[in-house]
Parts: sequence; C-alpha cells; structure tokens
Amino acid sequence: MNKPELLVTPGSVNEIKKQIEAGADAFLIGEQRYGLRLAGEFNRQQVKEAVALAHEHGKKIYVAVNAIFHNEIANELDDYVAFVKGAGADAIVFGDPAVVMAVRETAPGFPLHWSPETIATNYYTANYWGKRGAVRAVLARELSMDAVIETKEQADVQIEVQVHGMTCMFQSKRPLLGHYFEYMGKSMEIQKRQGTQNMLLHDAERSNKYPIYEDANGTHIMSPNDMCIIDELQDLVEAGIDSFKIDGVLQTEEYRIETTKLYRKAIDLCVDQPDQYEEEKEGMLEAAEALQQEHRPLDSGFFFKETVY
Amino acid sequence: MNGLKNDGISEIIDGKRVIVKKPELLAPAGTLEKLKIAVRYGADAVYIGGQEYGLRSNAGNFTFEEMKEGVAFAKEYGAKVYVTTNIFAHNENIDGLEDYLRGVGEAGVTGIIVADPLIIETCRRVAPNVEVHLSTQQSLSNWRAVKYWKDEGLDRVVLARETTGEEMRLMKEKVDIEIETFIHGAMCIAYSGRCVLSNHMTARDSNRGGCCQSCRWDYNLVEMEDGAEVAITQEGDSPFAMSPKDLRLLQSIPGLIELGIDSLKIEGRMKSIHYVATVVGVYRKVIDAYCADPENFTIQDEWLEELEKCANRPAAPAFFAGTPGADEQLFGVHGKKASHDFTGLVVDYDKATQMVTLQQRNFFRPGDTVEFFGPNLDTFNQIIGTVVDEDGNELDAARHPLQIVRFKVERPVSKDDMMRKGL
Ligand code: SF4
Repeated sequence: MNKPELLVTPGSVNEIKKQIEAGADAFLIGEQRYGLRLAGEFNRQQVKEAVALAHEHGKKIYVAVNAIFHNEIANELDDYVAFVKGAGADAIVFGDPAVVMAVRETAPGFPLHWSPETIATNYYTANYWGKRGAVRAVLARELSMDAVIETKEQADVQIEVQVHGMTCMFQSKRPLLGHYFEYMGKSMEIQKRQGTQNMLLHDAERSNKYPIYEDANGTHIMSPNDMCIIDELQDLVEAGIDSFKIDGVLQTEEYRIETTKLYRKAIDLCVDQPDQYEEEKEGMLEAAEALQQEHRPLDSGFFFKETVY
Repeated sequence: MNGLKNDGISEIIDGKRVIVKKPELLAPAGTLEKLKIAVRYGADAVYIGGQEYGLRSNAGNFTFEEMKEGVAFAKEYGAKVYVTTNIFAHNENIDGLEDYLRGVGEAGVTGIIVADPLIIETCRRVAPNVEVHLSTQQSLSNWRAVKYWKDEGLDRVVLARETTGEEMRLMKEKVDIEIETFIHGAMCIAYSGRCVLSNHMTARDSNRGGCCQSCRWDYNLVEMEDGAEVAITQEGDSPFAMSPKDLRLLQSIPGLIELGIDSLKIEGRMKSIHYVATVVGVYRKVIDAYCADPENFTIQDEWLEELEKCANRPAAPAFFAGTPGADEQLFGVHGKKASHDFTGLVVDYDKATQMVTLQQRNFFRPGDTVEFFGPNLDTFNQIIGTVVDEDGNELDAARHPLQIVRFKVERPVSKDDMMRKGL
C-alpha cells in the first residue's frame, strides 16, 4: 500500500525545519499576492531557502499561485511562474486558468496542482484539468467520504484531501471588516484591520463563531470548527488517496507541529500496522482535541454529513 | 467616450455618429410567463433554468416542453433563449447529464450557460449545435483566463461581478470573444462559486442551487484577546452585515456600449413579471436611445424613477468603477419597499366600450389612482371608476389574486400591459 504524503502549511522557513522533524513530507507555501489563505508569507528568497531545505531532506515544496486574479497580477504571472520553476519547487498550485496559460508560455510541462477549493467537486473535471497540465487535484472540502473515494477510483490525476484544520467558507473581494468599522465610525479599527487575525463572526442562532480576516485577496470567512479525521483515515488510505493535507492557517506554529506529529503517527500506523491504528485512533483523536482552543471544536467536516440542494 | 475611429462599434451615417454594435439585452425568465413578458418588453435574449443542473432550485424551472414553447415564442420576436446549466456537479450528478443536455439541444435553445468543464465537454459531445457560454460562477476576472476559455472554444464568457470597466477594456482588446456582464440586480457579496456559507449553516450546497443567502443575515463581531472574547458589536450597535446593495449600471450603459460588451445581463429569475417588465423596459429605452444618437444622449430622471417602482433594495454601481465602498452595503436595514405595487395585468381591451379586462395582482379599489405602462404604451395615470367582475357584478374592491375584473380606461391599452399603484 502506498503511503499518502503528509502535506502541511508552514509559517516560515524555520518552521519547515521543525516540521521535517515532526514528520511532514511536503509543504505548501507562497505569498499573499499570488496565493490564498496561507499560514505564512514566503518572499522569493524564502521560497528558495525553503526549496533548498526541503530537498536536502527529500521533501517537497508546492507554491501557491491559486488566487482569483485580476488583470494586473495576471500580467505578472509569467515572471512568478518562471521564478518558481527556477527556484526548483516541485509544483504550482492553481485555481485560475490564467496560471495554465502562463505555465504553457513560460514553463511548459511544469507540474500543476488544480486547487480551486469549493469548485473541485467531481472526477471528470479533475481529469479535464489533468489533460491540461495538472498532475494532482485538490478536492473541495464539501465532499463526502464516498464521493472522495469514488473520485479517486475514477481519477487519472493524484488526489489530495484535507484531513485537518479550518476550511474557507467565503471569499469576497470587498474589505468587509473595514466597511463595517467605517460604517460604525471606528477609524482606529479600520487602520489595524489588515493583518488582524483574531476576529470572529458570532452567529447567535447557531452558536457558531466564524474566523474572519482581510488581506490582499479580500475578506475570508472560515469554518466554525476545525476538521479532524485522524480516526477515519483507513478508507482513504485503502482507496489510495495520494496526499493528506493539514491546513494550518490562523493557527500557531506550535499547534501545527504537534498536529503534524499526530498525523505522522496515524498515517504510519494506518499503513504499516492497521490493527494497531484501530486500537490507537481514539487516543489520537483525544490528543488532537487536547490541542484545540476552547472556541474551536473539532468535527469531521463534510465527510459524513449529508448536504442537500 | 471614444471618438470617430473605426472601432466596429460606431459609424458615421449622414454626418451623425450612431452605434452599429448594439449589445444584446439579456433578461431573466424564471417561468414561461416571465419569458413572454421579458421578450414582449424588449429583451433580445432570455435565460431560463431547466429542471436540473441549474442554480435556482425553486425558480419554477422549465420542462423540455416549456423550453420548446419558449423558444418558439422568442423566435417570433427574433429573441434567443439560453439555459443556465451552471452547477458545479458532484459525481452523483454525472448520470443523466447526457440525456438532459440532449433534451436541451432538441428544445432548440441557442446556448447554455455553464460553469463546470464536465458540462462544457459533455454538451460539446452530445449537443454540438448548442453554444457554450461560461457562467459567472467561474469568477472570471482577468484577460488571460478569458483567453484560456476562448482557446477552449467557448462562444461567450460571463464575467465575474468583481470586474471593473477598465478590466473589461483590456479583456476586449486582448481577446476576441463575446463578453457578457451583469448590469442590474441582486448579487453575491462573495466571489461566485467561492461561497459555501449555506453548506455549513444549513447543510445546503450553494454550488448546486441550495444557497440560503446566509450573507444577508446579521452577525456580531467579536475579537479574541488573550483567549477571551471581547464584543466589538455592542448592545445598540448595528450588527455586522455584509449584504450588498443591488447592482444598477443604468448610468454606465453608454460606457459598456463603447467598450463593445456583447451582452448586458439583468439578474433575477425569481423576480415577478412586474419587475422583469419594468427593468427590461427601462434598459431597452436606454440602449436604444444611446445607440441612435450617442452624442446627444442624456440619462433621463424618469428612467431612474421607473426602476425605483420595482426596486426592493437600494442600488449602486458595484465594481464597475473600482472596488465599492462601505456605502454600497446595507447596514441596519435589509432592503426597502418598492415605490409601487403591481396591481394588474391586462388580458384584453375592448375599443368600442373602452373597457379593459384585467387580471388582479394586488389589491385595488374604485377611486385609486393607478398607472398603466407597457412595451408600446406611453405611461399614463388613471383614476379607477366602477369595477365589475366577470359576470358584470359591481365590486367595492378587487381583492382576489388572479381574479378577472373589468373597468373603463381613458386610453387604449393592450394585452400584457401592466397596471401599478403608487404607495
Ligand atoms: S450566501 Fe450570499 S454570497 Fe453566498 S452564495 Fe448565497 S447569495 Fe452568494
């Protein structure tokens, strides 16, 4: 049985070192200008350092170029793509077809991961992007376990699935926090809102709290719970899912590293000693729960939840 | 406005500049009745939903039979019909897609509006005569992505609502493909396709038509400080809201025409026939007036007033001139009442007796001052006299929805004209 890759989102080059020790296999990095909802900012120099460090240990670096682009940045994509290729990164993660165009022109054949988040919902479309240069599809978080497994069975590309962390529910181009503060006449708050990562929307009716923050890509609203399926990896491993992602956006470095350690153990057990995994999975879930802040409950995302329409 | 260069958009005819590239006015049609009204009031094309694969699960979607009837009706007026087929499909939706698209093709529609490459490719295979238009659900916002879809062979792209006029200009310059953009109606505050609030809050999949408009709800803003929650929204404050004003680009129609935009789209398959008639009627006038004589064109106050008669939210130009400010969102209010009530639809008119036969749509009574309008009618006011029912019995008021009533009107009206009452 192939062992799925454990992909994490480090906040800095320094964290990559610790993440390698903790057991991560691959890293998703990038900068706000081109990438969405990243755990840290990596300028070009830092991307190069990250690649050198990761490759020294046989690990991989994927660079996020997955924003929704407007003309201005679309014009810069050749330059950035050329840089990523030159830096020796292992793949570019994209959502906007403008990136496919830039790669065709500037770095033909460079591996792409198709990751448009909410809209990666079926195997046919995953294979469609496969024919256009994607070697991997990162599936929407809103799919059920059965749908994920069926997609893997039918896919000609690698399949990546998020197994832990928060997920994005909403992205607006408008600065919604800034607009609210402006409406309220809180000019001090308007200034400091960008870069602030400790705001929550309270939905009283559902007793939910949704993290909300602003950056260069607009306003992002995140799920009220952190997804965690550390105790449900068996079926995904058996199905041959290629990569498990822990999304560490809006978390501390310490949290991310501890989570990586837990999943390292879980994946290894699940593949090498499935019986032992069965025995220990409850305990690993409890250990994951112990890492959570009080206002961030764990749940299993949409893996076992029915959605209608 | 650009001048006299040969831009394919205008020509000098008899010493006067006129627009030769008139954009299509594209209207929503949630039902066959709305389709007919939209076409009668001047839409060049309508978009409808079929019974599957579209994003408005409850917009009264068309059966294949109704599609055929709609296509035939539209054809009489030289209008086109497009079918929105713009869900992001899950694996379970793949079964049945081919049959569905064949049905759409056989119904004779001009095109489908699609977001998911699965549906694009399948349509090509099983209904190759149907045009494929990329839906706004793809949030297409840069010229290189436009180029991508052009190279993929699409006939038209609908832009993201976040696209500015300047961005449209570059897209048009760089890529030769039809561009469609929204000019009027309600909008997502999120990038289309990138909002799953409803999935989380109500277990309904927004990208398959289940959106519950959670973005229009009220929230409180809280800040975490050292593990403790501090309320930012205080007692008495307006709640945190992210509800956008509706889009209204009436004043920018000249700019859109000069940019060479191919199709101007009105949102609202769920809206009433009164809304469709009013909005389509106004934009028809604006487009025609500008194209006939761009140099002497001015925005008429009465057009803006007319739109207010059916508007249930304040309106703004959104992204056309750049990212909208705080004043383009609704705080503390959720909307407003339209200035007029839709009170009746003209079914018939008898020249000899000057009697109108009307289908009641909202309460009215003798003595009320009402307004009649229609696609070929100069709007006029009327004080209602004696009202009788179908059997000739005099009524003190028209109380029942869809009730047929008759009364005398001062000027001739015709079928499908409408009656409204100021509030
Ligand atoms: S909740 Fe609002 S922003 Fe989200 S899909 Fe629905 S209308 Fe659009």
